[in-house]
Amino acid sequence: MKRIKKFKNVEELKKAIEQQEAGRQQEKKKRVIVVSSGTCGQARGSLKVIETLKKALREEGLKDQVTIRITGCHGFCEAEPNLIIYPDRIFYQKLTPPDVRTIVKETLVEGRVVEKFLHRDPLTKERAWYENEIPFYQKQKRIVLGDNVFVDPTSLLEYLAIGGFRPFIKALTRMKPEEIIQTVKQSGLRGRGGAGFPTGLKWEATRRAPGDIKYIICNGDEGDPGAYMDRSVLEGNPYRVLEGMMIGALAIGAREGYLYVRDEYPLAVRHVTLALEQLYRAGLLGEKILGTDFSLDLHLAKGAGAFVCGEETALIASIEGRVGEPRQRPPFPAQKGLWRKPTCINNVETWANIPLIILNGADWFSSIGTSGSKGTKIFSLVGKINNTGLVEVPMGITLREIIYDIGGGIPEGKAFKAVQTGGPSGGCLPASMLDQIIDYESLTAAGSIMGSGGMIVMDEKTCMVDVAKYFLNFLRDESCGKCISCREGTQRMWEIVRDITEGLGRPEDLELLEELALATKEASMCGLGQTAANPVLSTLRYFRDEYEAHIYEKRCPAGVCKSLIRYAVIPEKCTGCEACKRACPTGAIQGTRKDTHLILYDKCIKCGACLEACRFEAIEAQREEAITIVREVKP
Amino acid sequence: MITMKINGVEVKAEEGWTILETAKFYGLEIPTLCHHEGLTPYGGCRLCLVEIGEGPRAKLVSSCTYPAEEGLVVHTDTKRVVQARRMMIELMLSVAPYSKVIQDLASKFGVTRMRFKIRNEECILCGLCVRMCEEQMDGKAIGFQNRGFQRKISTPFDLRSEECRLCGGCIYICPACQLRCQGPQAETAICNACLTMEPTCLDFYDELQCWMYDAGRCGTCVREKKS
Repeated sequence: MKRIKKFKNVEELKKAIEQQEAGRQQEKKKRVIVVSSGTCGQARGSLKVIETLKKALREEGLKDQVTIRITGCHGFCEAEPNLIIYPDRIFYQKLTPPDVRTIVKETLVEGRVVEKFLHRDPLTKERAWYENEIPFYQKQKRIVLGDNVFVDPTSLLEYLAIGGFRPFIKALTRMKPEEIIQTVKQSGLRGRGGAGFPTGLKWEATRRAPGDIKYIICNGDEGDPGAYMDRSVLEGNPYRVLEGMMIGALAIGAREGYLYVRDEYPLAVRHVTLALEQLYRAGLLGEKILGTDFSLDLHLAKGAGAFVCGEETALIASIEGRVGEPRQRPPFPAQKGLWRKPTCINNVETWANIPLIILNGADWFSSIGTSGSKGTKIFSLVGKINNTGLVEVPMGITLREIIYDIGGGIPEGKAFKAVQTGGPSGGCLPASMLDQIIDYESLTAAGSIMGSGGMIVMDEKTCMVDVAKYFLNFLRDESCGKCISCREGTQRMWEIVRDITEGLGRPEDLELLEELALATKEASMCGLGQTAANPVLSTLRYFRDEYEAHIYEKRCPAGVCKSLIRYAVIPEKCTGCEACKRACPTGAIQGTRKDTHLILYDKCIKCGACLEACRFEAIEAQREEAITIVREVKP
Repeated sequence: MITMKINGVEVKAEEGWTILETAKFYGLEIPTLCHHEGLTPYGGCRLCLVEIGEGPRAKLVSSCTYPAEEGLVVHTDTKRVVQARRMMIELMLSVAPYSKVIQDLASKFGVTRMRFKIRNEECILCGLCVRMCEEQMDGKAIGFQNRGFQRKISTPFDLRSEECRLCGGCIYICPACQLRCQGPQAETAICNACLTMEPTCLDFYDELQCWMYDAGRCGTCVREKKS
């Protein structure tokens, strides 16, 4: 890594940016191989791929002609580890170290494209040669995530090479704080953490709050199961977030700020730490930045893994060293926040949008999206979907476009059943809502929330009562326990739903569940409790028939709830391949090769391993006939 | 002075007062449990809920922690408030059915059903003892442990605390373990022995009209509780 010199004034920084940008232009003539290596990539072996790639290039003598850039996640997690070869933008996916050797030989030396490593569309089965031909990327509008491809997140100079810190220079030299706030207000940017509060108004309130000492905080405590937008932004482009915070501090009049990142994100923590170090060394943080009167200190605060600390008052308590529990607002953090001083707290994605708004102007940003929700939103598209990954889409896109056009539909041709948006406290939307457009208001009207952007797709083999149970279990554990409505409310809702999945449900349970869910929503203090009932309320609203089937018929329509099903072999379909027999952990399957198998019910633990193993759909979940469920006598 | 409206009446509050304090000053009763004048407000029991704002933006907040604000419109006993409050009492009963304080509250607010499985923990985690120990007794011997459904009150590491002087402040202030109710009926877990009257106004109006809160005293709108 090149040693960074301290920039003494704006001119020096400008010069450095120009120099780096010119270097990038030069680089375009050369071959550049981009390997994505975020947490998702590393989990699938990208580090080994990089190692082999370096070795192969050395062996072929291409070391000096080809540049390797190791970046954060590009969003297409399904295709990890992948590499893109510039300038042609050939996209190879799902690689192993031996594949990389083939690619180096074939593509780099011989100049041929290796077809079998190209992306193949799950619906049309067509191969896409180039990155921009892949349907997953085509419908997205990647203003925040898109630059991840061009930046090595560990190097400040790389960020300068894509024009980084130009927005900061613009804000520092040519804009008054009021103008910055006005621009953000006009852009219509709303908080990306979930609640959707207009960012400009928040900044203005913090700026106007009396007091000399003000703080800014970046909320990177992303704890939802199945959501990792903020992690990827922090890992892939930490400088953009930091630059956004610097501009924010300039506008608000803060001299100190915190990045609150969960400690469960080691790579994000590492990249942010590195970025902070380099910014201090470059004189872009600290006293008298670039020789001006503006000073800013940014610190990293590591969260210890509590979902509730994503709530702003709990997060502040956590930074202060107290137990992470929310408190009543008002006073809002903009009036009394960290150490009782005015504090502006925004989500990672919100901060990452700021440099773009300052650089391109408010009109550019507000031209994207719907009337009430501007810009783009990153969703983490996970669950039963072909193209798992992060998708950045303009507000106002429909769920159908995200799931079918970008996500590539449901695997194995199964039918779509529901999509859960907004994390554990969001709601499940059924197929009839697929043409729902996505913005803050319409999602709330549909009984879900935007949340931080989790999007879990479920297919026909998902039991919605089981889903509600899963999220309630998460919430009863993650509730801080201060309000009785949230602590006992989630616990009791979980108990009722658990009983229903075990065949112990009573008809009156549904009424009680609904009443309790509403009370939890109304009576709780913070956002966690107020939205904790959403999984129950939305599944009750759209999938009431499934609850009723569990209660009245003691039947799980999707064949998921273990107490209500048993696995059986369909003799006509069974080929006697013994695959299920090998998969069974308890030896409950009998039968010899080429002979119809049989499941012994007294040994079967209903783990479902046989169902997964069978390639002939010869195992099905049947209704447990012998079910004699007697509800235990209540005192 | 802050001017605001409680139940349609214009009231004036001092700077720094909460809604609860203002209401009390004007003699309007709001039920509380985790609140105590000598301790910092906590907002955990959710009994002192009131509805603030109007129209679609109206919401429920705990009056013990919400500061009095200029122009605030407060309703202390709308249907929404009463329903939520009843559910809170029902939830408390399910974990501390032998507490006379909670049984009395159940009687007062007409909670006649308890539909959850009893999990007798004799504690509703209102935090009064924790605040009493820290703020009045200067002990800090007890505190909360864990979170969510595993939350409990104990000394650090569940060991006998050297900070504890056995002053008994925590027991004195506890609403759940200090006064005992005769005991719940086996069927409903609700004593309701103290309940004979209930106000009828909620059948006709959206708000409880009886500011005395003492069902029966005004004599105009109560009826004998059926069974």
